[in-house]
Amino acid sequence: MKIADKNTKAVELVRDALDKAKKFEAYHCFISMNEARALERAREIDKKIAKGEPVGRLAGVPFALKDNYLSRDGNTTAAARMLEDFAAPITATAVKRLEAEGAIVIGRTNLDAFAHGGSTENSYFGVTHNSADMERVSGGSSGGSAVAVALGIVPFALGSDTGGSIRQPASFNGVYGVKPTYGAVSRYGVVAMASSTDTMGCFATTAEDADLIMKIMAGKDEKDSTTLDDYWTKDLDEITPKKKKIGLITDFMGEGVDKEVVSIVKDYAKKLEKVGFEIEEVKLPIAKYALAIYYIVQPAEVASNLSRYDGIRYGHRAAEFDDLAGLYNNTRDEGFMTENKRRIMIGNFVLSSGFYDAYYLKAQKARTLLINGYNELLEKYDALLCPVAPNPAFKIGENTSDPLKMYLEDVMTVPTSLTGMPSVSVPAGKTKAGLPVGVQLIGQRRDDQLLLSIAKTVEEQA
Amino acid sequence: MSEYKATIGIECHVQLNTKTKLFSGVDNDAVDKEPNACVSPVDYALPGVLPVLNKAAIEKCVRAGLAMNCKINLASRFDRKHYYYPDLPKGYQITQMYQPIVGSGIIHLPDGSEVKIHHAHLEEDAAKSTHYGDYSLVDLNRAGTPLLEIVTDLPGMHSAAQARLYCEELHRLMMYANATNGDLYQGNMRFDVNVSVSKTDKLGTRTETKNLNSFRSVERAIEYEIKRQISVLEKGGEVKQQTLGWNDATGKTSPQRGKEEAQDYRYMPDPDLPPVVLTQEYVDKIAASMGAMPQDYRSKFGVLNLDDSAREAIINYPILAERLSEVCDKDVKLAPRVANWFASVLLAEENLDKDFKLATGAELTELSEMVEKKELSSTAGKEVFLALYNAKNTSKTPHALAKEMNLLQENDEGALEAIIDEVLTAPECAKAAEDVRNGEMKAIGFLVGQVMKKSKGKANPATVNELIKKKLS
Repeated sequence: MKIADKNTKAVELVRDALDKAKKFEAYHCFISMNEARALERAREIDKKIAKGEPVGRLAGVPFALKDNYLSRDGNTTAAARMLEDFAAPITATAVKRLEAEGAIVIGRTNLDAFAHGGSTENSYFGVTHNSADMERVSGGSSGGSAVAVALGIVPFALGSDTGGSIRQPASFNGVYGVKPTYGAVSRYGVVAMASSTDTMGCFATTAEDADLIMKIMAGKDEKDSTTLDDYWTKDLDEITPKKKKIGLITDFMGEGVDKEVVSIVKDYAKKLEKVGFEIEEVKLPIAKYALAIYYIVQPAEVASNLSRYDGIRYGHRAAEFDDLAGLYNNTRDEGFMTENKRRIMIGNFVLSSGFYDAYYLKAQKARTLLINGYNELLEKYDALLCPVAPNPAFKIGENTSDPLKMYLEDVMTVPTSLTGMPSVSVPAGKTKAGLPVGVQLIGQRRDDQLLLSIAKTVEEQA
Repeated sequence: MSEYKATIGIECHVQLNTKTKLFSGVDNDAVDKEPNACVSPVDYALPGVLPVLNKAAIEKCVRAGLAMNCKINLASRFDRKHYYYPDLPKGYQITQMYQPIVGSGIIHLPDGSEVKIHHAHLEEDAAKSTHYGDYSLVDLNRAGTPLLEIVTDLPGMHSAAQARLYCEELHRLMMYANATNGDLYQGNMRFDVNVSVSKTDKLGTRTETKNLNSFRSVERAIEYEIKRQISVLEKGGEVKQQTLGWNDATGKTSPQRGKEEAQDYRYMPDPDLPPVVLTQEYVDKIAASMGAMPQDYRSKFGVLNLDDSAREAIINYPILAERLSEVCDKDVKLAPRVANWFASVLLAEENLDKDFKLATGAELTELSEMVEKKELSSTAGKEVFLALYNAKNTSKTPHALAKEMNLLQENDEGALEAIIDEVLTAPECAKAAEDVRNGEMKAIGFLVGQVMKKSKGKANPATVNELIKKKLS
């Protein structure tokens, strides 16, 4: 990652990123660009450098923002008609912290509307194409950010991961994707999806870069009561795995999983062995319930969090309505995409009186069992290894008519969303057709840096 | 009709007097402010903003709970209650459905009856809608004000008068706990009353009359509902379970429009807020910092033989009850007079603007003692009493004030008698007194001299002479 200094001008870094964004416009990574403000900030940083003033650890580094992070640069649309014209009056804590270190937002990237989806096909502004194959999906919901990093437009980009929305597009595009421990990075100023599993993370091309970005974003924020105290404080080289053992979750290596994906994960396991880890196959039978738990808990929280979009105070408001109910109905009908509505309906159903115990409460109890299952394994292993998704990037349109098939894409990523554990998508190889495939490293809560240090060791030594 | 028994339950929303709102850090006092002046992104539910709990509200809840003799739940948490209305910006209200902060307890009413409290939960207030013809306006100043909703338990109350007593006592307790500003006119306490009537032990169908904001309207609405329900039943009809509104002008309840029956609020734990976990030490510390409660004062003032209305009028003002209690501690026989001053002088309409904090318990005791000793007439006592509530007199003792006001009556026989009694029983005067008793009237000069000395020359020697003679004859 190039950082501005006396020899490298911030303006050049930003201009280069903007040029590349233009060059790769066809991929449709961005919903909006922030050209004028980005260049203005770059010039300010260059002036400071010339004067010898401090400029921060990310001086002049251009980055892209998933369009669900609020900031004063451009509209925060969440890729939804509902927020098409929404100009935020506040800036997300994560963005503030990066900007304080000199990083510069060059544009806002595409996503599934309100982050509902795994392919960025649910965007009100059109689909984002895979960096390796224009006919395939970018993955999602943070598809635009993943592709922007994979194409080299920016050295890093922000995403949000609620059930795999950073990890899966990272895998589909061959870049690092970090879903941190729940609470590591403030959720303040990011359009909420499912509050109990929403995490803020990043895409980068090396473990070292990813660590620096996360280190800057992480830490207690008084505006988000679920943030953890500052624990992301070490250098990756200071970290030594205690057990030197990694568990390979076999439940995610069997039927229904693409053979090339399986072999890439096994290859990565061999690399881990090469750098001194013992690999053991482990079983996690409870994991197969994770998807069912997730698709109860998440829609419930989604339905609740989307209640505020009522056309009264901000965002889209239907032009025509007869009464208050009509205002709500028409506004929400026009402002939400089909997938948003589906989740609102599922969520309201599982929360409705008489069904709460059978669905939501039961799901939360099962969630505790899932956490116990992962805790048990992580007592024995430094980390767990498994695929990120059952397959490489699929074709655009291939799964859109089958929501259930689309949900199955999340089967390997949702478990640790529910347990709150950190999981990193590590670029691991390519299929014969040239499609990138990542592997997933899973760790105990607060072991984010341990995962990145393991990935770094493999990246540099294997 | 007397065989019908009414059962009444009350839910009271108490606005807590914290400096800032429950979750947004914005000014909680919107009195005299422009609409939408006290609003932050959290209050208008901007995307991506999160609630942050105001810890001061937790302390207020604990104080309120302790005042009601309630169990304080060391672990409580917040839930979301969903419904759509323009004065509910998030589309849900943050409340405590499953684990409220205040558990069950008992409130003792002045008439000796008891009301059970089921629980009290902390929640945020909604905004205020005002409707005009074909449009409505929303004022978010109130959105996010902390509310403690106090819910009574069965067996409930059985008359409108008892319900009123309960509401008044609840108001007193909340004032004693310093949990609310207690201004009913500003909606600081709002009551929802559930009323049913039945001839058997099985409860009848209840109605809920919402948003009553005065003790009188609580009493009247319940009276009306009891009569109405009995009349419906007597005519062979059925009471409909419904939500009613109260019209103070017509004195009638009527079904509230727009309130749908059986709303499904889709309650869900709020994932944005960690559970509230308190330690017993924290609760104990708050308990230790709380003063006496109305019920404590009622038993303490029992010996004063005050009439109920005077006693309750004083107890309505925690500061007055505290002062009276101080006087009791110093000399209980001086207290009834102070109580009388409070009830009939200080709380008289024209004196309600006084700063009740001004006179101390010691001063009030001293003043009462002066009257007791006839150094002041009772009329003069009242005058000095009121003067104590004048800020410019704060540094003056009652005696100094009385002197300044020229109200001291040392020539008064009563006051003189006290001095004479003191002189006659003093050992150095024993011989002179004995001589006078034996008819040696020369000795009286010495005694008169002693009295003159003690009264600092203010006594009338002729009166003193007469009084001594009378006493020693």
